[in-house]
Amino acid sequence: MADLTTLFAGRIRCPNPFWLASGPPANCGDQVMRAFDAGWGGAVWKTLGEPITNVSSRYSSVDLNGVRMMGLNNIELITDRPLDVNLREIYEVKKRYPHHAVIASLMVDSKREAWHEIVRRSEDAGADGLELNFGCPHGMSERGMGSAVGQVPEYCQMITEWVKEVAKTPVLVKLTPNVTDIRHVARAAKKGGADGLSAINTINSITGVDLDTFVPRPFVDGKSAHGGYCGPAVKPIALHMVQQIAGDPESSLPVSGIGGISGWRDAAEFILLGCQSVQLCTAPMHYGFRIVEDMIDGLSNWMDEKGFRTIDDFRGRSLPNVTEWKHLNLNYKIIARISHDKCIGCDLCYIACWDGAHQCIHIEGFKTPEDLLKASRSRIVLTPVEKHEMTGLHATPPIRIPRVDEDECVGCNLCWLVCPVEECITMERVDSGVPSQSWEQRTGASKC
Amino acid sequence: MRDAVPSLSKEEFAARFAEIHPPFAHQAAAVEASRCLFCFDAPCTIACPTHIDVPRFIKKIASGNLRGSALAILESNVLGLSCSRVCPVDVLCEGSCVMHRYNKQPIEIGRLQRHAMDYFYSHNPSVPIAKSVARGSVACIGAGPASLACAAELRRRGISVTLIDKNPLAGGLNTYGIAEYKLRPADSLKEVELVRTMGAEFKVGVEAKPESLEKEYDAIFLGVGLGSTHRLKIPGEDLNGVVDAIQFIAQYKTASIRVGRRVVIIGAGNTAIDAATAARRLGAEEVHILYRRGEIEMPAFDYEYEIAKLDSIEFHWNTQPVRILGTKSVERIECVRMDKNLSPVAGSNFQIPCEMVIPSIGQTKLVELLSRCHGVELREGRVAINRETGQTANPKYFAGGDCVNGGREVVDAVADGKRAGTGIAKWLEAHRG
Repeated sequence: MADLTTLFAGRIRCPNPFWLASGPPANCGDQVMRAFDAGWGGAVWKTLGEPITNVSSRYSSVDLNGVRMMGLNNIELITDRPLDVNLREIYEVKKRYPHHAVIASLMVDSKREAWHEIVRRSEDAGADGLELNFGCPHGMSERGMGSAVGQVPEYCQMITEWVKEVAKTPVLVKLTPNVTDIRHVARAAKKGGADGLSAINTINSITGVDLDTFVPRPFVDGKSAHGGYCGPAVKPIALHMVQQIAGDPESSLPVSGIGGISGWRDAAEFILLGCQSVQLCTAPMHYGFRIVEDMIDGLSNWMDEKGFRTIDDFRGRSLPNVTEWKHLNLNYKIIARISHDKCIGCDLCYIACWDGAHQCIHIEGFKTPEDLLKASRSRIVLTPVEKHEMTGLHATPPIRIPRVDEDECVGCNLCWLVCPVEECITMERVDSGVPSQSWEQRTGASKC
Repeated sequence: MRDAVPSLSKEEFAARFAEIHPPFAHQAAAVEASRCLFCFDAPCTIACPTHIDVPRFIKKIASGNLRGSALAILESNVLGLSCSRVCPVDVLCEGSCVMHRYNKQPIEIGRLQRHAMDYFYSHNPSVPIAKSVARGSVACIGAGPASLACAAELRRRGISVTLIDKNPLAGGLNTYGIAEYKLRPADSLKEVELVRTMGAEFKVGVEAKPESLEKEYDAIFLGVGLGSTHRLKIPGEDLNGVVDAIQFIAQYKTASIRVGRRVVIIGAGNTAIDAATAARRLGAEEVHILYRRGEIEMPAFDYEYEIAKLDSIEFHWNTQPVRILGTKSVERIECVRMDKNLSPVAGSNFQIPCEMVIPSIGQTKLVELLSRCHGVELREGRVAINRETGQTANPKYFAGGDCVNGGREVVDAVADGKRAGTGIAKWLEAHRG
């Protein structure tokens, strides 16, 4: 049985790597304790600081084909509860849940004393670690905090240094993705003495515009403001940034991965790219704390299946597999093959190849997609359709199964990506008979 | 008629004939629409006799462009509303959906189409027609689905068209002949109205005279449909309580009719099922269907058979009526069992007590009317046409729908009418001189 016990930055211990990210699900002690009861390994408390006033409404989302909240945007600020109350609750939670991780997310004015004070008070309350919120991209940034700090490496380093002057627990710096290269700030955090990094915070966003009122979402009395984007839609961006940090010796620190994680598979991917823990917010906001059950169960089963005993057994395994384009083998050749048994005849691969790729998938007997449509539309058909065309009863008629011109196929994957049927299109390696050669090798060789 | 059951109140009637396919809520439609794979050269589109571009209209529902979706439907099939409700989708678009092979439920194309059409008809329905006026005038005999489709096709091109129908309401069988729980006269009349707003003229309650129309119009479209139900040719069929299925359905839908406590339907086609389920819902306690062949050979679609079973219709397979008994009104029907070769089995006679007998054994051909159309050829009572253009042996005459195909679905009539409309337009163009 896999062991999910996590030790972050060598000092923050918790039963599993699944933490609630600093946000609405970790707003108060009650929520955090209920989350721990549900199985969460840790929680990063909703950012502490001078209490603010929030607006209503606060969230808006992007739906995809009827699936809700593929992307979530928020304009909520840091905690709106008095600091005393939050600290008292942190104390209570730690007393009752000594084996779970509670990390205090912090954001105060860029004054050394202010940072010293909040660090001391948080640690006195029993926080296992501190997360410096240098990432919040909306509202607070207008007041010189959050991403206003995280976008300037010098500020980031300076405040990290202030914090480290007094902090006894590990200090994580939460990075904003709203920069051209996340490594610059990550390096600054490391120089400032940070013990770990959390990445990524939310991405600047406007989720959409109401086509009746012409006001972007979310509305606040006829106006809107840009927010921070998160949820499943941002996962690829987050994975890339995590890989950038983890693969960069100058910024390499223990990473807590954040961004679009909604299940154990996503979590495993972040860990494979080097993360020691992962943080979730949108998914528990969407479905509740209960989602952690399958995250624990799913990750354990997968680890058992792969023979991994601990998280460290596979952490960072994928990092060596990410390289630069110039090192890829130019002589590697794959082509698409379509299974006649599995093809359902939707012909999506055919039109995708014609309109979006290289015109190498064909329907027998027709020169172009337009010819095919013309023939179909001029057919005289009567009710009921011929029995052999009743799809419930019969195999796909050969005429509807496209053919790949293997000489022309460039192996781009598009047909395989659009095919709705699992394992119907397979990308198969063909022996090019030429040894491996990368762009760097080729151009380097030609220079000689 | 003896022992008629009391007629239903308006509310009771509406409840018993409530729509069989409830409409989608907006969000549910969007979710269902999103399930569509958006096949290229989609089999559902090929399967539709009018070749509605199904993925195109479904994606417009998903994108929230409901008017665009409706116009995409109407472009191929001006009777998109009635077809969305009456089409046997199991043996058409939905039967061809690739989702079946994917081991999933097919997309609910019919209900999605209805969603778009309901939106269209509740938001100032109109379809674009040609701005210019084309020369030529066309008369359509009959104002049922085939003629409506033909007229719409002509109006799109700016050709003037007049529909002439002997019934007081236009729409043909869409208005008079389809089970109420599938299509209501009010919905059929919305489509008539749409064709009227496209500029077609309607003359209803008028017997068409081909001889004079030939002189008045440049081309004539025959969308006359079929005649009354074939006679049973057995003793007693003129007794009070014997009602032709087509008449029966028309009356209960557009006027009122009382049914007997016990009703026997003869025949097992889709119309027979419509009559049987109607009789049951109108209050008949027992409804029997007699069919001279077996269950396997039954011409009604499986889906219709299911409705009948749910309505507790009793089926008598391999059974043929011998005579209807009664003094003035129907009292009983005598039947005989049939063997495999459709010969009566000696000594197998039995009687079913009943007050009403509804023959539904196919409709007669309107041979008399068609014989007055100079030069139009008939084959086995059906008008012979060129399938692509709808043109008959007399180039001035075109035809489509039941009078050509012997009685099929609404969508088949629409497809015929549409092809004929295009055919007429081309022919008029070529003969403009």
